[in-house]
Amino acid sequence: MALLEVKDLSIHFGGLKAVDSFYLKIEKNQLYGLIGPNGAGKTTVFNLLTGVYKPTSGEARLDGKIISGKKTADVNKMGVARTFQNIRLFNNLSVLDNVKTGLHNQTRYSMLTGILKLPGYFKKEAEMDKKAMELLEVFDLHNEAQTLACNLPYGKQRKLEIARALATNPKLLLLDEPAAGMNPNETQELMDTIRFIRDKFDMTILLIEHDMRLVSGICEEITVLNFGQVLASGETSEVLKNPEVVTAYLGE
Amino acid sequence: MKQGSRLSNMKKSTKTNGITYLMLLVAFIVVQIFTATDSMTNLIKGLLVPACIYIIMAVSLNLTVGILGELSLGHAGFMCVGAFASSFFSVCMRDVITSEWVRFPLAIIIGGVVAALFGFIVGIPVLRLRGDYLAIVTLAFGEIIKNLMNVLYVGLDSNGFHFSMKGTTDLGMEADGKVIVKGALGITGTPRDSTFVVAFILVVITVFVVLNVVNSRQGRAIMSIRDNRIAAESIGINITKYKLMAFVVSAFFAGIAGVLYSHNIATLTATTNNFGYNMSIMVLVYVVLGGIGNIRGSIIAAVILTVLPELLREFSDYRMLVYSLVLIFMMLFSSSPAMVNFREKLSLKGKNKSKKEKGVA
Repeated sequence: MALLEVKDLSIHFGGLKAVDSFYLKIEKNQLYGLIGPNGAGKTTVFNLLTGVYKPTSGEARLDGKIISGKKTADVNKMGVARTFQNIRLFNNLSVLDNVKTGLHNQTRYSMLTGILKLPGYFKKEAEMDKKAMELLEVFDLHNEAQTLACNLPYGKQRKLEIARALATNPKLLLLDEPAAGMNPNETQELMDTIRFIRDKFDMTILLIEHDMRLVSGICEEITVLNFGQVLASGETSEVLKNPEVVTAYLGE
Repeated sequence: MKQGSRLSNMKKSTKTNGITYLMLLVAFIVVQIFTATDSMTNLIKGLLVPACIYIIMAVSLNLTVGILGELSLGHAGFMCVGAFASSFFSVCMRDVITSEWVRFPLAIIIGGVVAALFGFIVGIPVLRLRGDYLAIVTLAFGEIIKNLMNVLYVGLDSNGFHFSMKGTTDLGMEADGKVIVKGALGITGTPRDSTFVVAFILVVITVFVVLNVVNSRQGRAIMSIRDNRIAAESIGINITKYKLMAFVVSAFFAGIAGVLYSHNIATLTATTNNFGYNMSIMVLVYVVLGGIGNIRGSIIAAVILTVLPELLREFSDYRMLVYSLVLIFMMLFSSSPAMVNFREKLSLKGKNKSKKEKGVA
């Protein structure tokens, strides 16, 4: 059974069909790309999958359980984590605290334990510190653990956002334009990181990207979206040769 | 390095919190010395409990404004609820529970819990709003509570409690009845149980709870909502729950401040100056001047701004002029880069900190 199965997913804003009859099937441990021209509805698909929008019709299932139409926080608890096109970090918290916030539902203790600083507090906090530092090390951010998130350079902020998403222990990771604003070197490094995450955490990744070098470099399969509808889907190299896709991207 | 930075994280919060507790302890000892040597004027003596009340108000409001990041203008409303609930209890129980060591702690708990309950009831609809809208609704709540207290009549006789919104005659009580809450005349005869020591203990408890909440898993969730609501939701944080949690804790301590207030005066009435808009704004001024999100700053600002106007009473003509000048200078200088650097130097003095960490602090 596919890890993520989306069938006939649509959302209409008034007369505008932002996403129409969208379908997608991602197997476990796959690296999947979602591409399309500006305004095609890629981020809207992400918002539908994470409960930011409720679909007009259709459904998305993760491991057989319906995730579409649920609350964002609940979708995350079911195993979907995401990053954002315009970075959304907790700017006034330290890098370490950003990741520890991601661990919120992984390591729990009651409010009373926190207020009275019972022994459980120190134990769980140390556990969280350890987990968070391990994650930061993966992204080479461990030396900046005490820096405020807003003081990080752009590339590292992107990485921190991925680290925070991974801290929620997801089954499926959604990356919204992870390479936006990165130079070719940084993009290359990011490609290695994404592959590494997939292998180390046994993760399934769905990403939106405009950088064709990154898409053709790491995505095994892709879906092309145009005007809210699926234009083509399948193996990356095949789809990119499709004349319709070329037309949508480059014009006649 | 890994181990080191992890330790420094724990140390940093423990250290800054330690300074706050130390500051409170020193203040307490100084006051005790002055009391023992009897070198305090009556004016200052009379300000001790109010200063504690305002510290509790400022610190608890800072939880809503600074940590949760929502502007609430109805904090005095919760203080009002706590004051009336506890005063009502104390007056009723005055003859039943004669020991103030039992009655007053119970009154404190009742005042806090009733205020927290109001925080919960008000919070559910209000916290759906954000920014200016939340400010306006909380402002209205504060005024409604104050006005409600002005028309509330409660009497007690052999048949139990009687409530009315019209007047004492409308209560329809037996001859042995006693009116406890007399509308605009308020509650009289509340035992004056508030002492500086009790007030100080409550200040320490408030600061302790608020600081520990900030440094806990729940506090991180609350701050993440402040920094980025959408991202907080995306990592599985229940926004409503944690907003409500911060709001209710904040209301609880405002209620406790109300208990101290009502047990420090003979006649409790709800006026604009004590429970109205003026009070809410004044507490907000403490929070803003002390630094939004800065608990220690709230304490210092509350003390200075409580004591200063009274000390300036001799120069009554120029009192408000100096007060406003102090406000302006505090605003200008407390967060100016030079002052921030100076404070950083002070806190890092004698410590071999790496440059990187200095940039963070």
